[in-house]
Amino acid sequence: MRKFVGGCVSALLLGTAPVSAACDVEAGSVRILSNDFAALGTVIDGARECDDGGVTVTANLTTEHKSLQVPALTVDPARYTVAMVANNSLVPLLNEGLVRPLDDLVARYGHQLEDRQLVRIGGEIVAIAFMVNAQHLYLRQDLLDDAGIAAPTSYEGILAAARTLRSEGISATPLAAAHAAGWDLAAEFVNMHLGMGGDFFEQGGAAPTLANETGRKTLEMMRSLTEFMAPGYLTVGADELKNQYVSGNVAMMNEWGSMVEGIVGETTPDPRIAEATTLAAAPTVGGGDIPAAALWWDGFVIADNISDEDARASFQVMMHAIRPEVAQRNPQAAAWLISGFEAPETARAVLGTAEAGARPYPMTPYMGLMHDALGAELVDFMQGSESAEQALADVEAAYSAAARAAGYLD
Amino acid sequence: MRHRDFFWFMAPSALAMILFIVVPIGSILVQSLFVEHERVLITVENCGPFGCIEETRVDTEATADLRAKEPLGRFNGVGTYLDRAHLAVDELGAILSDNDGPGDIARRLMNLPFYKALAFTLAYTFLVTPLCMALGFGVALAIDALPRASKGPVIFLTLLPYIATPLLGALVVFWMINTDGIIGATLQAMFDDPALSLQASPVLTWAMLIVWGIWHMAPFAFVVFYAGLQTVPSDTLESAMIDGANRWERVLYVTVPHLKPLAVFVGLILLMDNFRVFEPIIGFSAEANATSLSWSIYNDLNGQGGQLFGSAAATSVLTTIGVMILLTPVLIRTWRASGRRSV
Repeated sequence: MRKFVGGCVSALLLGTAPVSAACDVEAGSVRILSNDFAALGTVIDGARECDDGGVTVTANLTTEHKSLQVPALTVDPARYTVAMVANNSLVPLLNEGLVRPLDDLVARYGHQLEDRQLVRIGGEIVAIAFMVNAQHLYLRQDLLDDAGIAAPTSYEGILAAARTLRSEGISATPLAAAHAAGWDLAAEFVNMHLGMGGDFFEQGGAAPTLANETGRKTLEMMRSLTEFMAPGYLTVGADELKNQYVSGNVAMMNEWGSMVEGIVGETTPDPRIAEATTLAAAPTVGGGDIPAAALWWDGFVIADNISDEDARASFQVMMHAIRPEVAQRNPQAAAWLISGFEAPETARAVLGTAEAGARPYPMTPYMGLMHDALGAELVDFMQGSESAEQALADVEAAYSAAARAAGYLD
Repeated sequence: MRHRDFFWFMAPSALAMILFIVVPIGSILVQSLFVEHERVLITVENCGPFGCIEETRVDTEATADLRAKEPLGRFNGVGTYLDRAHLAVDELGAILSDNDGPGDIARRLMNLPFYKALAFTLAYTFLVTPLCMALGFGVALAIDALPRASKGPVIFLTLLPYIATPLLGALVVFWMINTDGIIGATLQAMFDDPALSLQASPVLTWAMLIVWGIWHMAPFAFVVFYAGLQTVPSDTLESAMIDGANRWERVLYVTVPHLKPLAVFVGLILLMDNFRVFEPIIGFSAEANATSLSWSIYNDLNGQGGQLFGSAAATSVLTTIGVMILLTPVLIRTWRASGRRSV
């Protein structure tokens, strides 16, 4: 009997052992800094499975990660060993040289990775991507059917549909977008401007090229759309946008793919609206043939200022966190780049946006300064108190002042 | 007191002031004269989930060399103070030399970030400070007249806006004035205007922030004035009553002169506090319509493209100068008054 009990105990011990064995990490400290949204939480839960006697895994999920990451990775040893980044937040780390080249770690431990997951800059692997994201269309099919209109695929079509919905009395504020002054407004400009085929900088340099016909057309389309939005649209961020949509006030919106689960998934506040929603790729604009949406990837980097042992442990733990089963078990959580992922219906709109040739969010070192300038200087135009030409000139002037202070322009 | 004794008596607090006030302000002053090094840019092939493109990146090694040579950055003199994000001297010259009258000047000034922030900061300071003091004094008089038993709970309720964290207070009001919120929806129904939104119009946003400021800071003025009211000499009040003064005259000719030094103190504190207005702009997401000097500093340090320390430092120095200018008249008066008293 005693033998039997002993056998059970050792079986239990062995039963728990394979979790850490699955991570296959000897020792090290893994400290993760991350943005805070559901899909990243799924990945970090996977990383925490590796926490046992030899390896410690801690994580800080915060929406303030962008202001923390540069100071936290500058100190030696770095406060975090892993930083979850997207194509915009990777740039400040690259600018300061805080990211560890991953070629040897990928060769030793990264057999599960697909080539498309490797972010190479100048031939060096600097980050591993595991999901893609983009803003795309959420349409209330029931309202469109009531008005007898087909789902629009361009912004011009959206304007026409909005006009019909309003004149038929179906919806007073058929449109909504994340136009909150600051980051969101700038992101919407970037989407529209990329869709128009516009560029932000002169080739190979930091000089801005916005004050032109493309920039003007981008702004005018943005303002035409606001005519059909609820007042106060300059305070609506991505979360508030979702609230407006699920409360049933909106017929069409351009919202992040990563928020799909909270809108049409099981956690939706109103199943009837979820039922009536169809998802579509981001619309084209101005006769262009690519969706007016910037493509984003989310992934991770390993800090440069840490010991090789911690770097190895961090990479292995992250490989466990993004192993193929994670994507298979949580197909609704994100549009995964992980190998073997079969995209469910909810991820099709993001992938469709990418397949239709949408352009990635620019990774130039000074794009962050441009984003800030756009967020601050487009507001007067959006309120109708300034011309498009003046707004674009203001953006260029504000950007140039910041770029000079940061050392990108003379 | 002998000079020596005075020196040793003051030494600890003087040392603390130097360490925690003079040194930080000095370092900000130095910081504001520098901008970042020139960044060495190279064009490389950049590949990821969405294919490959040619993009520029910072040559970190070359930039690190520059940085090691000059750790403070490039000396820029007062250049940062004069650029578009601050005093905008060039833009100001262009506006003044070629304009269509005062309206045009005002409109174009409001297009420059520093002057836009300054305009709201000054409007906020000069409206909130006196209105706050008036409201606080009124409430203090009213509560002083209440029966003793009810004073405690009423004072506690009156203090609540001041006790609530500014950001929290701002957020609660923000949700109420949202077009779906209780105040926003009621206003829309009252005026029968579905496009009415306190958040959309610059004028209404300013008004809302100023009302919020008065609501939030009035309890401070109230508490100080209420304490002051307890010290008003009752014999003077009684003799005024015997002379036939009504309540209004007693307040005007006895209470107000008695509380005047206290009012100067409250005014000073409120001026300084209001000039640094920041939380409601974040809480109300009001940056589209109203920015303040403190918000500009925060914005420089919290950007996507890294932190602009030089720019933030320059705004900090300008804010400090602004506070000094604001307080000068009050301080000169206090100094003169104290001089008269000692003579």
